[in-house]
Amino acid sequence: MNKSTTFRAISLFGVLTVAAAGLTGCSSESAGTAGDSTAAAGGTYTWWDPYPQHDESSDWGKRVAACGTEAGVTLERTAYDTTALTNQALLSAQEGTSPDVILLDNPAVSTLSDTGMLTTTDELGLDISAIDANLIAAGQLDGDTYGVPVGANTLAIYYNQDVLDAAGVDPASISDWAGLTAALEKVTAAGNKGITFAGIGTEEGSFQFLPWFWGAGADLTTLDSPEAISALQLWTDWVDGGLAPNSVISNSQNTTWEEFLTGDFGFAVNGTWQINSAAEAGFTTGVITIPAADGGAAPAPTGGEFITTPVQKDDSRYATTTKIVECMTTTEGFVETGNTFAYYIPPTAAGQDQILAEHPELATWIDAVAAAKGRTSDDLGTDYPKISEQLWTAVQEALSGSASPADALTKAQKAAESALS
Amino acid sequence: MNTTQTMSVGDASHLGGAAAATPTAPPERGLRAGTSSRQARRTRWAAVGFAAPLLAYLAAFYALPLYRNIELSLHDYTTRAFVQGNAEFVGLANYVDVVHSDTFTKALVNTGLFVAVSIVFQYSIGLALAVFFRQNFRLSGLLRGMFLIPWLLPMIVSASTWSWMLNSDSGIVNSVLQAFHVGQINWLTSPDTALLSVIIANIWLGIPFNLVILYSGLQNIPVDVYEAASLDGASGWQKFRLITFPLLRPVSGITILLGLIYTLKVVDVIWIMTTGGPGDASTTLAIWSYREAFGTGQPDFSPAAAVGNLLILIALVFGFVYLRMQRRMEES
Repeated sequence: MNKSTTFRAISLFGVLTVAAAGLTGCSSESAGTAGDSTAAAGGTYTWWDPYPQHDESSDWGKRVAACGTEAGVTLERTAYDTTALTNQALLSAQEGTSPDVILLDNPAVSTLSDTGMLTTTDELGLDISAIDANLIAAGQLDGDTYGVPVGANTLAIYYNQDVLDAAGVDPASISDWAGLTAALEKVTAAGNKGITFAGIGTEEGSFQFLPWFWGAGADLTTLDSPEAISALQLWTDWVDGGLAPNSVISNSQNTTWEEFLTGDFGFAVNGTWQINSAAEAGFTTGVITIPAADGGAAPAPTGGEFITTPVQKDDSRYATTTKIVECMTTTEGFVETGNTFAYYIPPTAAGQDQILAEHPELATWIDAVAAAKGRTSDDLGTDYPKISEQLWTAVQEALSGSASPADALTKAQKAAESALS
Repeated sequence: MNTTQTMSVGDASHLGGAAAATPTAPPERGLRAGTSSRQARRTRWAAVGFAAPLLAYLAAFYALPLYRNIELSLHDYTTRAFVQGNAEFVGLANYVDVVHSDTFTKALVNTGLFVAVSIVFQYSIGLALAVFFRQNFRLSGLLRGMFLIPWLLPMIVSASTWSWMLNSDSGIVNSVLQAFHVGQINWLTSPDTALLSVIIANIWLGIPFNLVILYSGLQNIPVDVYEAASLDGASGWQKFRLITFPLLRPVSGITILLGLIYTLKVVDVIWIMTTGGPGDASTTLAIWSYREAFGTGQPDFSPAAAVGNLLILIALVFGFVYLRMQRRMEES
């Protein structure tokens, strides 16, 4: 008994080792052949984007197809979830089977461009002079530009007019943190809930914290500066004082929005993408820009996708790819994209003027986008994701009471430094 | 060439288990000449043919991923190296970094607590229910079926439901507690209770598995043993302690081992409920590995693979403990 079990275990291990050694020899080869389908069929170009909610028959699907037709080719579109898209892009680049065009979430652009898998706008001969400098910054690394924003979105504060009226708060009077906190106190005193935001332990948490962080004058290279601590103290005081619910610690931006839609909350931090939903809410809503500590609009992080063009083995494809990108990035193209999604602000002055003429209610958002700042800007590039991870961890620790804001941020700064060294 | 073939045949028959070894006794060495040896060779080829699909399957779906995981953990795969395929070999540096990280001790303790507490409660509640359902009463079949629901629900549904129920401000659990004048408990958002909350949810998820296996184990205990015990005047507790529990030991062993391995690698429940937070409060090794690889904007495959391999090692240790226990049981 005893012996046979041992022997069986050993022989099994032996087979596995032999098989493993045999298989690894051919694995790289098989990977190479898998993706040749992309390169086949001369007139077909591939397009990946993170909008699985829009199928082929949607306005967006048709618009992508039309850009292909205009360039004289068939565009084959595949949609992935945002996180999956980055992973798929990495895998395809590893196998040398990248698509012709990828619409990438902007913080991913620097990560992917660092791998050398993206072409620069210079190589494709794209004119990017009209794009707002604060928006294109997220796609720039060491002086090169690796994509063009197809539109921009950002964060602002939605308010519930009914709740504010009941509390006697005038949203127009809120211009700094003190004013906002005073408004929250009035709202809670009147029996409603103050503000909700997303402090979840993922990139979304950092995304939502950054307007306050930057609004205090803090810088991502020094997470434990007094300004940074004051921003985290603001959030912590809100949660401790009952001005914000405890659930913000685990709230995603979607959950936050659901809380706001209950009608109990005075304010909610959310993005351009909720404009339609806000209009359909069962109460009157409005929107103000996120205030900086001492007044004025705080820079909110830019959201939105960049149109990027991965490196191809066959560089004769670039001419057509350029046409496809240009189709998306003319003034009309930007405005059309903005209208298709109902939540994209064009990244050029001309585009913004045109969409403002069509939709005057977007004025606050256009101001917010103008004040916005790319997360990977300030030459952070690929360092940003590592800093961001420490930032959201610090937010989580401070809000949940396991560390004071100062201690949490000091620890975060140390961890970020060691992650970057 | 020839030697490798014979080797794999020998291995294949062992993979097939005892059944393959017993009926046809291996030919005596002295008879291995002329026709009988040719015949033996032919049988061997046939055996290779039959074993090949299994071997290919094992290689593709077990050996290759395992090899890749080890390879990832021994190199420094930044995203750039991942695409360009030129990752620097760093030996055990990733493992050293992982073990010296602040998160490691926390994650290890959390993993230990998560697994131990989950298993103890899953097993004891599962066993209690199995014994309870052994007495066939009216509607017992229906009730037993209802206990399987946690198993049948998609994980995203049950974990989201738990996180709604345990929500600090609007969860049903807190609203019930408030009716009894217990103050608000921040189940998922306080570092003191986050781990407890995910353990509770995981226990609930694991009970059906324990119930089903232990219940079927109970069916194999002959009724006459209990009858004899009754004649001797044994009480219900004595019957459980002296008959049910000892006779159920082999089944209990495998249930607990499988439970251990399932629980060690749980990611989904914790990720959906707390993403391992707040901070690191509910981070287990599996969550840590997942977060390094897929939870941030910048995939860090190498440390993630290192943590994953440590988990495999831990599971392997428990596997050997189980084998040893089983052998001792067989000997006695």
